[in-house]
Amino acid sequence: MPEQPIIRIEDLHFTYPGDSAETLRGLSLEIAEGSFVAVLGHNGSGKSTLAKLLNAILLPTSGKVYVCGRDTEDEEHLLDIRRSVGLVFQNPDNQIVANVVEDDVAFAPENLGVEPQEIRSRVDEALRTVGMYEYRLHAPHLLSGGQKQRVAIAGALAMQPRVLVLDEPTAMLDPLGRREVISTVERLCRERGMTVVLITHHMSECVNADRLIALSDGMVTADGTPREVFSQVELLKREGLTVPATVRLLYALREAGFDVPLDALSVDECADAVAALLLARGRV
Amino acid sequence: MLKDVTIGQYFPGNTIIHRLDPRTKLILVIVYIAALFTAREWLSYGLMLAVTCAIVAVSRISPRTLTRGMKPLVFIICFTGVLNLFYTTGGTTLLDWWIFHVTTDGVKRAVMMVVRILMLISGTFLLTYTTSPMALTDGLEMLLNPLKKIRVPIHEMSMMMSMALRFIPTLIEETDKIMSAQRARGADFETGRLMERAKALLPLLVPLFVSAFRRADELAVAMESRCYHGGEGRTRMKQLRMARRDYLALFSGAALLAVVIVMNVYGL
Repeated sequence: MPEQPIIRIEDLHFTYPGDSAETLRGLSLEIAEGSFVAVLGHNGSGKSTLAKLLNAILLPTSGKVYVCGRDTEDEEHLLDIRRSVGLVFQNPDNQIVANVVEDDVAFAPENLGVEPQEIRSRVDEALRTVGMYEYRLHAPHLLSGGQKQRVAIAGALAMQPRVLVLDEPTAMLDPLGRREVISTVERLCRERGMTVVLITHHMSECVNADRLIALSDGMVTADGTPREVFSQVELLKREGLTVPATVRLLYALREAGFDVPLDALSVDECADAVAALLLARGRV
Repeated sequence: MLKDVTIGQYFPGNTIIHRLDPRTKLILVIVYIAALFTAREWLSYGLMLAVTCAIVAVSRISPRTLTRGMKPLVFIICFTGVLNLFYTTGGTTLLDWWIFHVTTDGVKRAVMMVVRILMLISGTFLLTYTTSPMALTDGLEMLLNPLKKIRVPIHEMSMMMSMALRFIPTLIEETDKIMSAQRARGADFETGRLMERAKALLPLLVPLFVSAFRRADELAVAMESRCYHGGEGRTRMKQLRMARRDYLALFSGAALLAVVIVMNVYGL
Protein backbone atom coordinates (compact mmCIF):
# COMPACT_ATOMS: atom_id res chain seq x y z
CA MET A 1 0.00 0.00 0.00
CA PRO A 2 1.62 3.25 -1.11
CA GLU A 3 -0.03 5.64 1.36
CA GLN A 4 -0.74 5.10 5.00
CA PRO A 5 -4.12 3.49 5.72
CA ILE A 6 -6.49 5.85 7.52
CA ILE A 7 -7.49 3.19 10.02
CA ARG A 8 -5.18 0.44 11.16
CA ILE A 9 -6.25 -2.21 13.61
CA GLU A 10 -3.66 -4.56 15.04
CA ASP A 11 -4.65 -7.77 16.79
CA LEU A 12 -7.57 -6.11 18.55
CA HIS A 13 -9.14 -7.89 21.50
CA PHE A 14 -12.03 -6.47 23.45
CA THR A 15 -13.96 -7.73 26.46
CA TYR A 16 -16.72 -5.76 28.13
CA PRO A 17 -16.04 -5.26 31.83
CA GLY A 18 -17.76 -8.01 33.82
CA ASP A 19 -18.14 -10.18 30.72
CA SER A 20 -16.43 -13.54 30.62
CA ALA A 21 -16.40 -13.97 26.84
CA GLU A 22 -14.38 -11.80 24.50
CA THR A 23 -16.49 -9.67 22.15
CA LEU A 24 -13.67 -9.12 19.66
CA ARG A 25 -11.07 -11.83 19.32
CA GLY A 26 -8.00 -10.75 17.48
CA LEU A 27 -9.02 -8.41 14.70
CA SER A 28 -6.47 -7.01 12.28
CA LEU A 29 -7.57 -4.68 9.53
CA GLU A 30 -6.40 -1.80 7.41
CA ILE A 31 -8.80 0.60 5.80
CA ALA A 32 -7.62 2.74 2.91
CA GLU A 33 -8.51 6.41 2.70
CA GLY A 34 -11.44 7.18 0.40
CA SER A 35 -12.75 3.63 0.28
CA PHE A 36 -16.26 2.41 0.99
CA VAL A 37 -16.04 -0.53 3.36
CA ALA A 38 -19.06 -2.51 4.48
CA VAL A 39 -18.88 -4.56 7.65
CA LEU A 40 -21.37 -7.35 7.74
CA GLY A 41 -22.36 -9.47 10.69
CA HIS A 42 -25.36 -10.76 12.57
CA ASN A 43 -26.34 -9.68 16.09
CA GLY A 44 -23.62 -10.23 18.63
CA SER A 45 -20.84 -10.48 16.06
CA GLY A 46 -19.11 -7.51 17.65
CA LYS A 47 -19.71 -5.07 14.84
CA SER A 48 -21.18 -2.28 17.00
CA THR A 49 -18.35 -2.71 19.48
CA LEU A 50 -15.93 -2.27 16.61
CA ALA A 51 -17.60 1.05 15.69
CA LYS A 52 -17.16 2.40 19.20
CA LEU A 53 -13.52 1.33 19.25
CA LEU A 54 -12.86 3.38 16.12
CA ASN A 55 -13.37 6.73 17.85
CA ALA A 56 -12.14 5.93 21.33
CA ILE A 57 -15.55 5.64 22.97
CA LEU A 58 -14.24 2.22 23.94
CA LEU A 59 -10.56 1.41 24.30
CA PRO A 60 -9.03 -1.96 23.30
CA THR A 61 -8.49 -4.57 26.01
CA SER A 62 -5.38 -5.49 24.09
CA GLY A 63 -4.10 -4.67 20.64
CA LYS A 64 -4.07 -1.27 18.96
CA VAL A 65 -6.34 0.94 16.93
CA TYR A 66 -4.73 3.72 14.91
CA VAL A 67 -6.80 6.50 13.36
CA CYS A 68 -4.90 8.77 10.95
CA GLY A 69 -1.74 7.34 12.44
CA ARG A 70 -2.77 8.17 16.02
CA ASP A 71 -3.25 5.61 18.76
CA THR A 72 -6.81 5.89 20.13
CA GLU A 73 -5.45 5.32 23.62
CA ASP A 74 -3.60 8.61 23.39
CA GLU A 75 -5.66 10.78 25.79
CA GLU A 76 -4.05 13.97 24.60
CA HIS A 77 -5.43 13.68 21.09
CA LEU A 78 -8.83 12.34 22.09
CA LEU A 79 -10.80 15.21 20.52
CA ASP A 80 -8.66 15.04 17.37
CA ILE A 81 -9.46 11.35 17.01
CA ARG A 82 -13.16 11.86 17.64
CA ARG A 83 -13.43 14.65 15.14
CA SER A 84 -11.66 12.65 12.45
CA VAL A 85 -14.12 9.78 12.83
CA GLY A 86 -17.78 10.80 12.60
CA LEU A 87 -20.06 8.20 14.11
CA VAL A 88 -23.73 7.74 13.21
CA PHE A 89 -25.84 5.37 15.28
CA GLN A 90 -28.87 3.21 14.77
CA ASN A 91 -31.58 5.16 16.57
CA PRO A 92 -31.88 8.67 15.13
CA ASP A 93 -33.97 9.87 18.09
CA ASN A 94 -31.24 9.14 20.58
CA GLN A 95 -28.48 11.05 18.82
CA ILE A 96 -30.24 14.30 18.04
CA VAL A 97 -29.56 16.76 20.83
CA ALA A 98 -31.44 19.91 19.85
CA ASN A 99 -35.01 20.98 19.13
CA VAL A 100 -34.11 22.57 15.82
CA VAL A 101 -32.31 20.80 12.97
CA GLU A 102 -29.62 23.45 12.43
CA ASP A 103 -28.89 23.72 16.17
CA ASP A 104 -28.34 19.99 16.26
CA VAL A 105 -25.91 20.03 13.34
CA ALA A 106 -24.06 22.89 15.08
CA PHE A 107 -23.55 20.82 18.23
CA ALA A 108 -20.22 19.20 17.29
CA PRO A 109 -18.49 22.34 15.96
CA GLU A 110 -19.73 24.23 19.03
CA ASN A 111 -18.09 21.60 21.21
CA LEU A 112 -14.89 22.00 19.23
CA GLY A 113 -14.89 25.74 19.84
CA VAL A 114 -15.16 26.76 16.21
CA GLU A 115 -15.86 30.45 15.46
CA PRO A 116 -19.60 31.26 15.14
CA GLN A 117 -19.41 32.32 11.49
CA GLU A 118 -17.42 29.26 10.55
CA ILE A 119 -20.00 27.09 12.36
CA ARG A 120 -22.77 28.73 10.34
CA SER A 121 -21.08 27.91 7.03
CA ARG A 122 -20.22 24.36 8.10
CA VAL A 123 -23.81 23.72 9.20
CA ASP A 124 -25.24 25.05 5.94
CA GLU A 125 -22.78 23.01 3.89
CA ALA A 126 -23.41 19.81 5.85
CA LEU A 127 -27.17 20.21 5.52
CA ARG A 128 -26.88 20.86 1.77
CA THR A 129 -24.69 17.78 1.37
CA VAL A 130 -27.35 15.51 2.83
CA GLY A 131 -30.18 17.41 1.13
CA MET A 132 -31.81 18.68 4.32
CA TYR A 133 -31.11 22.41 3.95
CA GLU A 134 -34.77 23.30 3.44
CA TYR A 135 -35.56 21.65 6.75
CA ARG A 136 -32.96 23.53 8.78
CA LEU A 137 -35.55 25.30 10.95
CA HIS A 138 -37.75 22.25 11.50
CA ALA A 139 -38.19 20.32 14.74
CA PRO A 140 -36.40 16.97 14.40
CA HIS A 141 -39.15 14.93 16.01
CA LEU A 142 -41.51 15.88 13.20
CA LEU A 143 -39.20 14.51 10.47
CA SER A 144 -39.35 11.03 8.96
CA GLY A 145 -36.85 8.38 10.05
CA GLY A 146 -34.75 8.73 6.91
CA GLN A 147 -34.66 12.51 7.27
CA LYS A 148 -33.65 12.28 10.93
CA GLN A 149 -30.85 9.94 10.03
CA ARG A 150 -29.66 12.34 7.32
CA VAL A 151 -29.63 15.11 9.94
CA ALA A 152 -27.52 12.82 12.13
CA ILE A 153 -25.10 12.34 9.22
CA ALA A 154 -24.95 16.12 8.74
CA GLY A 155 -24.21 16.41 12.45
CA ALA A 156 -21.18 14.18 11.99
CA LEU A 157 -20.11 15.93 8.76
CA ALA A 158 -20.04 19.30 10.53
CA MET A 159 -16.93 18.06 12.36
CA GLN A 160 -15.30 17.70 8.93
CA PRO A 161 -14.25 14.13 9.67
CA ARG A 162 -12.05 12.02 7.38
CA VAL A 163 -13.93 8.82 8.12
CA LEU A 164 -17.65 8.33 8.51
CA VAL A 165 -18.63 5.25 10.50
CA LEU A 166 -22.29 4.26 10.39
CA ASP A 167 -23.52 1.66 12.84
CA GLU A 168 -26.62 0.06 11.35
CA PRO A 169 -27.98 3.44 10.27
CA THR A 170 -30.95 1.90 8.48
CA ALA A 171 -32.06 -0.71 11.01
CA MET A 172 -35.00 1.37 12.19
CA LEU A 173 -36.03 2.81 8.84
CA ASP A 174 -38.61 1.89 6.23
CA PRO A 175 -37.38 0.89 2.73
CA LEU A 176 -37.66 4.45 1.44
CA GLY A 177 -35.67 5.90 4.33
CA ARG A 178 -33.12 3.15 3.88
CA ARG A 179 -32.56 4.10 0.27
CA GLU A 180 -32.28 7.81 1.18
CA VAL A 181 -29.57 7.10 3.72
CA ILE A 182 -27.57 4.60 1.66
CA SER A 183 -27.54 6.76 -1.45
CA THR A 184 -26.44 9.75 0.65
CA VAL A 185 -23.58 7.73 2.06
CA GLU A 186 -22.54 6.35 -1.32
CA ARG A 187 -22.53 9.85 -2.78
CA LEU A 188 -20.38 11.13 0.07
CA CYS A 189 -17.80 8.48 -0.66
CA ARG A 190 -17.82 8.71 -4.46
CA GLU A 191 -18.10 12.48 -4.87
CA ARG A 192 -16.28 13.79 -1.81
CA GLY A 193 -13.76 11.03 -1.27
CA MET A 194 -14.97 10.43 2.26
CA THR A 195 -13.87 7.14 3.78
CA VAL A 196 -17.02 5.28 4.73
CA VAL A 197 -17.36 2.31 7.07
CA LEU A 198 -20.92 1.02 6.85
CA ILE A 199 -21.87 -1.50 9.48
CA THR A 200 -25.01 -3.41 8.57
CA HIS A 201 -26.74 -6.71 8.36
CA HIS A 202 -28.49 -5.89 5.11
CA MET A 203 -26.59 -7.51 2.25
CA SER A 204 -28.28 -5.32 -0.31
CA GLU A 205 -26.64 -2.23 1.21
CA CYS A 206 -23.17 -3.65 0.65
CA VAL A 207 -23.48 -4.32 -3.06
CA ASN A 208 -21.80 -1.07 -4.06
CA ALA A 209 -19.05 -1.19 -1.46
CA ASP A 210 -15.40 -1.44 -2.49
CA ARG A 211 -14.76 -4.00 0.15
CA LEU A 212 -16.85 -6.27 2.28
CA ILE A 213 -15.76 -7.60 5.64
CA ALA A 214 -17.87 -10.29 7.28
CA LEU A 215 -17.58 -10.48 11.04
CA SER A 216 -18.60 -13.42 13.12
CA ASP A 217 -17.97 -14.04 16.80
CA GLY A 218 -15.51 -11.21 16.94
CA MET A 219 -13.40 -12.47 14.08
CA VAL A 220 -13.14 -11.74 10.36
CA THR A 221 -14.60 -14.63 8.39
CA ALA A 222 -14.50 -13.12 4.93
CA ASP A 223 -12.81 -10.09 3.44
CA GLY A 224 -12.85 -9.03 -0.19
CA THR A 225 -14.93 -7.33 -2.84
CA PRO A 226 -18.69 -7.91 -2.50
CA ARG A 227 -18.48 -10.23 -5.51
CA GLU A 228 -15.87 -12.42 -3.93
CA VAL A 229 -17.60 -12.56 -0.57
CA PHE A 230 -21.11 -13.14 -1.81
CA SER A 231 -20.05 -16.02 -4.01
CA GLN A 232 -18.98 -17.89 -0.87
CA VAL A 233 -22.61 -18.75 -0.31
CA GLU A 234 -21.89 -21.78 1.85
CA LEU A 235 -19.84 -19.74 4.27
CA LEU A 236 -22.39 -16.95 4.54
CA LYS A 237 -25.17 -19.42 5.18
CA ARG A 238 -23.15 -21.01 7.92
CA GLU A 239 -22.72 -17.59 9.52
CA GLY A 240 -26.46 -17.04 9.50
CA LEU A 241 -26.29 -14.25 6.93
CA THR A 242 -28.76 -14.02 4.11
CA VAL A 243 -27.31 -13.49 0.67
CA PRO A 244 -28.97 -11.18 -1.88
CA ALA A 245 -31.91 -12.70 -3.74
CA THR A 246 -29.95 -12.66 -7.02
CA VAL A 247 -27.10 -14.71 -5.62
CA ARG A 248 -29.55 -17.06 -3.94
CA LEU A 249 -31.25 -17.73 -7.26
CA LEU A 250 -27.97 -18.37 -9.05
CA TYR A 251 -26.80 -20.58 -6.22
CA ALA A 252 -29.99 -22.66 -6.40
CA LEU A 253 -29.55 -23.00 -10.18
CA ARG A 254 -25.99 -24.11 -9.67
CA GLU A 255 -27.02 -26.66 -7.07
CA ALA A 256 -29.50 -28.00 -9.61
CA GLY A 257 -26.64 -28.56 -12.01
CA PHE A 258 -26.73 -25.51 -14.24
CA ASP A 259 -23.54 -23.71 -15.09
CA VAL A 260 -24.08 -20.08 -14.00
CA PRO A 261 -21.67 -17.60 -12.45
CA LEU A 262 -22.25 -16.81 -8.78
CA ASP A 263 -21.03 -13.24 -8.82
CA ALA A 264 -23.82 -11.55 -10.76
CA LEU A 265 -24.99 -9.25 -7.97
CA SER A 266 -27.33 -6.75 -9.58
CA VAL A 267 -30.73 -7.73 -10.90
CA ASP A 268 -29.65 -6.88 -14.48
CA GLU A 269 -26.52 -8.98 -14.30
CA CYS A 270 -28.51 -11.84 -12.87
CA ALA A 271 -31.10 -11.57 -15.61
CA ASP A 272 -28.34 -11.60 -18.21
CA ALA A 273 -26.82 -14.71 -16.67
CA VAL A 274 -30.15 -16.52 -16.67
CA ALA A 275 -30.89 -15.35 -20.23
CA ALA A 276 -27.51 -16.62 -21.36
CA LEU A 277 -28.26 -19.93 -19.74
CA LEU A 278 -31.63 -20.17 -21.47
CA LEU A 279 -30.06 -19.26 -24.81
CA ALA A 280 -27.38 -21.89 -24.36
CA ARG A 281 -29.96 -24.52 -23.56
CA GLY A 282 -32.12 -23.45 -26.51
CA ARG A 283 -29.20 -24.18 -28.78
CA VAL A 284 -28.65 -27.65 -27.41
CA MET B 1 -54.91 13.05 25.21
CA LEU B 2 -51.21 13.52 25.76
CA LYS B 3 -51.00 15.63 22.64
CA ASP B 4 -52.69 18.48 24.55
CA VAL B 5 -49.72 19.13 26.76
CA THR B 6 -48.61 22.64 25.91
CA ILE B 7 -46.37 23.35 28.89
CA GLY B 8 -42.97 24.44 27.70
CA GLN B 9 -44.09 24.37 24.10
CA TYR B 10 -42.77 26.88 21.61
CA PHE B 11 -44.85 28.50 18.88
CA PRO B 12 -42.48 29.94 16.27
CA GLY B 13 -43.23 33.43 15.07
CA ASN B 14 -41.58 36.65 14.06
CA THR B 15 -43.19 39.30 16.27
CA ILE B 16 -41.18 41.76 18.32
CA ILE B 17 -41.82 39.59 21.37
CA HIS B 18 -40.33 36.59 19.57
CA ARG B 19 -37.30 38.56 18.52
CA LEU B 20 -36.43 39.93 21.94
CA ASP B 21 -33.28 38.50 23.45
CA PRO B 22 -34.12 35.58 25.78
CA ARG B 23 -32.21 37.31 28.58
CA THR B 24 -34.44 40.36 28.22
CA LYS B 25 -37.53 38.19 28.34
CA LEU B 26 -36.34 36.29 31.40
CA ILE B 27 -35.63 39.52 33.28
CA LEU B 28 -38.92 41.02 32.15
CA VAL B 29 -40.86 38.01 33.43
CA ILE B 30 -39.26 38.44 36.84
CA VAL B 31 -40.05 42.18 36.80
CA TYR B 32 -43.60 41.38 35.69
CA ILE B 33 -44.11 38.92 38.55
CA ALA B 34 -42.71 41.44 41.03
CA ALA B 35 -45.11 44.07 39.72
CA LEU B 36 -48.02 41.61 39.92
CA PHE B 37 -47.35 40.98 43.57
CA THR B 38 -46.91 44.68 44.31
CA ALA B 39 -50.26 45.62 42.80
CA ARG B 40 -52.91 45.80 45.54
CA GLU B 41 -55.86 47.86 44.43
CA TRP B 42 -58.22 47.99 41.46
CA LEU B 43 -56.37 50.67 39.53
CA SER B 44 -52.98 48.97 39.63
CA TYR B 45 -54.65 45.64 38.78
CA GLY B 46 -56.31 47.31 35.83
CA LEU B 47 -52.95 48.61 34.64
CA MET B 48 -51.36 45.15 34.89
CA LEU B 49 -54.29 43.57 33.08
CA ALA B 50 -54.04 46.13 30.28
CA VAL B 51 -50.30 45.50 29.95
CA THR B 52 -50.82 41.72 29.90
CA CYS B 53 -53.51 41.96 27.21
CA ALA B 54 -51.31 44.27 25.15
CA ILE B 55 -48.39 41.83 25.27
CA VAL B 56 -50.61 38.88 24.32
CA ALA B 57 -51.98 40.88 21.41
CA VAL B 58 -48.51 41.86 20.17
CA SER B 59 -47.18 38.31 20.46
CA ARG B 60 -50.00 37.01 18.22
CA ILE B 61 -50.42 34.00 20.51
CA SER B 62 -54.12 33.20 20.23
CA PRO B 63 -56.00 33.59 23.57
CA ARG B 64 -57.37 30.12 22.94
CA THR B 65 -53.88 28.61 23.09
CA LEU B 66 -53.36 30.36 26.40
CA THR B 67 -56.61 29.12 27.90
CA ARG B 68 -55.94 25.59 26.64
CA GLY B 69 -52.64 25.64 28.51
CA MET B 70 -54.42 26.77 31.67
CA LYS B 71 -56.91 23.91 31.66
CA PRO B 72 -54.95 21.62 33.98
CA LEU B 73 -54.79 24.49 36.50
CA VAL B 74 -58.52 25.25 36.61
CA PHE B 75 -58.93 23.36 39.85
CA ILE B 76 -56.22 25.26 41.70
CA ILE B 77 -57.55 28.57 40.42
CA CYS B 78 -61.14 27.81 41.53
CA PHE B 79 -59.91 26.47 44.85
CA THR B 80 -57.97 29.65 45.59
CA GLY B 81 -60.92 31.78 44.59
CA VAL B 82 -63.38 29.91 46.82
CA LEU B 83 -61.03 29.89 49.80
CA ASN B 84 -60.49 33.63 49.56
CA LEU B 85 -64.18 34.24 49.10
CA PHE B 86 -65.17 32.55 52.34
CA TYR B 87 -62.21 33.13 54.59
CA THR B 88 -61.74 36.86 54.22
CA THR B 89 -63.27 39.03 56.89
CA GLY B 90 -63.94 42.77 56.83
CA GLY B 91 -66.21 45.03 54.81
CA THR B 92 -70.00 44.71 54.68
CA THR B 93 -71.48 41.26 55.02
CA LEU B 94 -73.28 40.13 51.89
CA LEU B 95 -74.27 36.64 52.92
CA ASP B 96 -74.38 35.01 56.32
CA TRP B 97 -75.80 31.52 56.22
CA TRP B 98 -74.74 28.53 58.34
CA ILE B 99 -70.93 28.47 58.17
CA PHE B 100 -70.70 30.65 55.07
CA HIS B 101 -69.86 34.32 55.48
CA VAL B 102 -69.30 36.35 52.36
CA THR B 103 -68.15 39.91 52.72
CA THR B 104 -67.37 42.61 50.17
CA ASP B 105 -63.69 42.29 51.05
CA GLY B 106 -63.93 38.57 50.41
CA VAL B 107 -65.35 39.08 46.94
CA LYS B 108 -62.68 41.64 46.16
CA ARG B 109 -59.85 39.40 47.33
CA ALA B 110 -61.23 36.37 45.51
CA VAL B 111 -61.50 38.23 42.23
CA MET B 112 -58.05 39.75 42.64
CA MET B 113 -56.45 36.42 43.52
CA VAL B 114 -57.95 34.67 40.51
CA VAL B 115 -56.95 37.49 38.19
CA ARG B 116 -53.46 37.52 39.68
CA ILE B 117 -52.98 33.79 39.11
CA LEU B 118 -54.35 34.04 35.57
CA MET B 119 -51.94 36.87 34.76
CA LEU B 120 -49.06 35.02 36.40
CA ILE B 121 -49.69 31.99 34.22
CA SER B 122 -50.19 34.07 31.07
CA GLY B 123 -46.91 35.88 31.63
CA THR B 124 -44.83 32.77 32.15
CA PHE B 125 -46.58 30.88 29.34
CA LEU B 126 -45.87 33.75 26.98
CA LEU B 127 -42.18 33.35 27.77
CA THR B 128 -42.06 29.70 26.74
CA TYR B 129 -44.52 30.15 23.88
CA THR B 130 -42.41 32.85 22.22
CA THR B 131 -38.89 31.63 23.05
CA SER B 132 -37.33 28.47 21.63
CA PRO B 133 -36.13 26.13 24.39
CA MET B 134 -32.57 26.38 23.16
CA ALA B 135 -32.64 30.17 23.31
CA LEU B 136 -34.23 29.99 26.73
CA THR B 137 -31.58 27.72 28.22
CA ASP B 138 -28.82 29.70 26.52
CA GLY B 139 -30.24 32.90 27.99
CA LEU B 140 -30.53 31.35 31.41
CA GLU B 141 -26.98 30.05 31.23
CA MET B 142 -25.64 33.49 30.33
CA LEU B 143 -27.68 35.25 33.01
CA LEU B 144 -26.46 32.84 35.67
CA ASN B 145 -22.90 32.83 34.36
CA PRO B 146 -21.50 34.81 37.31
CA LEU B 147 -22.47 31.89 39.57
CA LYS B 148 -19.82 29.78 37.84
CA LYS B 149 -17.27 31.71 39.88
CA ILE B 150 -18.61 30.07 43.02
CA ARG B 151 -18.54 26.69 41.25
CA VAL B 152 -22.23 26.29 40.57
CA PRO B 153 -22.40 23.92 37.55
CA ILE B 154 -24.42 26.32 35.39
CA HIS B 155 -23.45 24.84 32.04
CA GLU B 156 -24.30 21.31 33.14
CA MET B 157 -27.65 22.45 34.52
CA SER B 158 -28.62 24.28 31.37
CA MET B 159 -27.49 21.34 29.23
CA MET B 160 -29.65 19.01 31.31
CA MET B 161 -32.58 21.35 30.96
CA SER B 162 -32.30 21.59 27.20
CA MET B 163 -31.95 17.79 26.91
CA ALA B 164 -35.06 17.34 29.05
CA LEU B 165 -36.98 19.75 26.84
CA ARG B 166 -35.66 18.04 23.73
CA PHE B 167 -36.92 14.65 24.91
CA ILE B 168 -40.40 15.72 26.05
CA PRO B 169 -42.00 15.07 22.64
CA THR B 170 -40.04 11.83 22.17
CA LEU B 171 -41.12 10.47 25.53
CA ILE B 172 -44.73 11.57 25.06
CA GLU B 173 -44.76 9.73 21.74
CA GLU B 174 -43.32 6.66 23.41
CA THR B 175 -45.87 6.79 26.25
CA ASP B 176 -48.65 6.92 23.70
CA LYS B 177 -47.18 3.91 21.93
CA ILE B 178 -46.86 1.84 25.11
CA MET B 179 -50.39 2.82 26.16
CA SER B 180 -51.79 1.71 22.82
CA ALA B 181 -49.86 -1.55 23.01
CA GLN B 182 -51.23 -2.26 26.47
CA ARG B 183 -54.75 -1.21 25.56
CA ALA B 184 -54.59 -3.67 22.69
CA ARG B 185 -53.93 -6.33 25.28
CA GLY B 186 -56.85 -5.26 27.43
CA ALA B 187 -55.34 -2.71 29.83
CA ASP B 188 -57.80 -0.13 31.09
CA PHE B 189 -56.54 3.36 31.89
CA GLU B 190 -59.81 5.30 31.99
CA THR B 191 -62.22 3.62 34.37
CA GLY B 192 -62.04 2.51 37.96
CA ARG B 193 -61.28 4.34 41.15
CA LEU B 194 -58.22 6.46 41.67
CA MET B 195 -56.20 3.64 43.20
CA GLU B 196 -57.10 1.26 40.40
CA ARG B 197 -56.15 3.79 37.79
CA ALA B 198 -52.88 4.51 39.54
CA LYS B 199 -52.16 0.79 39.58
CA ALA B 200 -52.89 0.54 35.86
CA LEU B 201 -50.20 3.15 35.25
CA LEU B 202 -47.48 1.07 36.88
CA PRO B 203 -46.99 -1.33 33.95
CA LEU B 204 -46.77 1.80 31.81
CA LEU B 205 -44.06 3.44 33.87
CA VAL B 206 -41.74 0.44 34.03
CA PRO B 207 -41.10 0.10 30.28
CA LEU B 208 -41.00 3.88 29.98
CA PHE B 209 -38.27 4.15 32.59
CA VAL B 210 -36.26 1.28 31.15
CA SER B 211 -36.31 2.83 27.72
CA ALA B 212 -35.53 6.29 29.09
CA PHE B 213 -32.39 4.93 30.70
CA ARG B 214 -31.38 3.17 27.50
CA ARG B 215 -31.96 6.38 25.57
CA ALA B 216 -29.88 8.34 28.05
CA ASP B 217 -27.05 5.86 27.63
CA GLU B 218 -27.12 6.02 23.83
CA LEU B 219 -27.43 9.79 23.92
CA ALA B 220 -24.35 10.08 26.12
CA VAL B 221 -22.32 7.99 23.67
CA ALA B 222 -23.63 10.02 20.72
CA MET B 223 -22.74 13.28 22.47
CA GLU B 224 -19.25 12.09 23.29
CA SER B 225 -18.80 10.97 19.71
CA ARG B 226 -19.53 14.52 18.70
CA CYS B 227 -16.74 15.78 20.90
CA TYR B 228 -18.85 16.95 23.82
CA HIS B 229 -16.56 17.55 26.78
CA GLY B 230 -18.42 19.95 29.01
CA GLY B 231 -18.78 23.70 28.73
CA GLU B 232 -15.10 24.48 28.54
CA GLY B 233 -14.02 26.04 25.26
CA ARG B 234 -17.49 25.70 23.80
CA THR B 235 -18.67 28.29 21.30
CA ARG B 236 -22.12 29.13 19.99
CA MET B 237 -23.38 29.33 16.46
CA LYS B 238 -26.07 31.80 17.47
CA GLN B 239 -24.57 34.59 19.53
CA LEU B 240 -27.05 36.35 21.78
CA ARG B 241 -27.00 40.06 21.12
CA MET B 242 -28.86 42.78 22.95
CA ALA B 243 -30.45 45.13 20.41
CA ARG B 244 -32.02 48.54 20.95
CA ARG B 245 -35.45 46.95 21.32
CA ASP B 246 -34.12 44.92 24.26
CA TYR B 247 -32.98 48.02 26.13
CA LEU B 248 -36.30 49.69 25.34
CA ALA B 249 -38.21 46.68 26.63
CA LEU B 250 -36.13 46.52 29.80
CA PHE B 251 -36.67 50.23 30.36
CA SER B 252 -40.45 49.85 29.91
CA GLY B 253 -40.45 46.95 32.36
CA ALA B 254 -38.63 49.00 34.96
CA ALA B 255 -41.00 51.92 34.39
CA LEU B 256 -44.01 49.63 34.85
CA LEU B 257 -42.65 48.30 38.12
CA ALA B 258 -41.93 51.85 39.32
CA VAL B 259 -45.45 53.02 38.48
CA VAL B 260 -47.00 50.04 40.27
CA ILE B 261 -44.85 50.66 43.35
CA VAL B 262 -45.88 54.34 43.42
CA MET B 263 -49.53 53.31 43.05
CA ASN B 264 -49.09 50.86 45.89
CA VAL B 265 -47.66 53.59 48.12
CA TYR B 266 -50.63 55.86 47.37
CA GLY B 267 -53.09 53.01 47.88
CA LEU B 268 -54.41 53.00 44.31
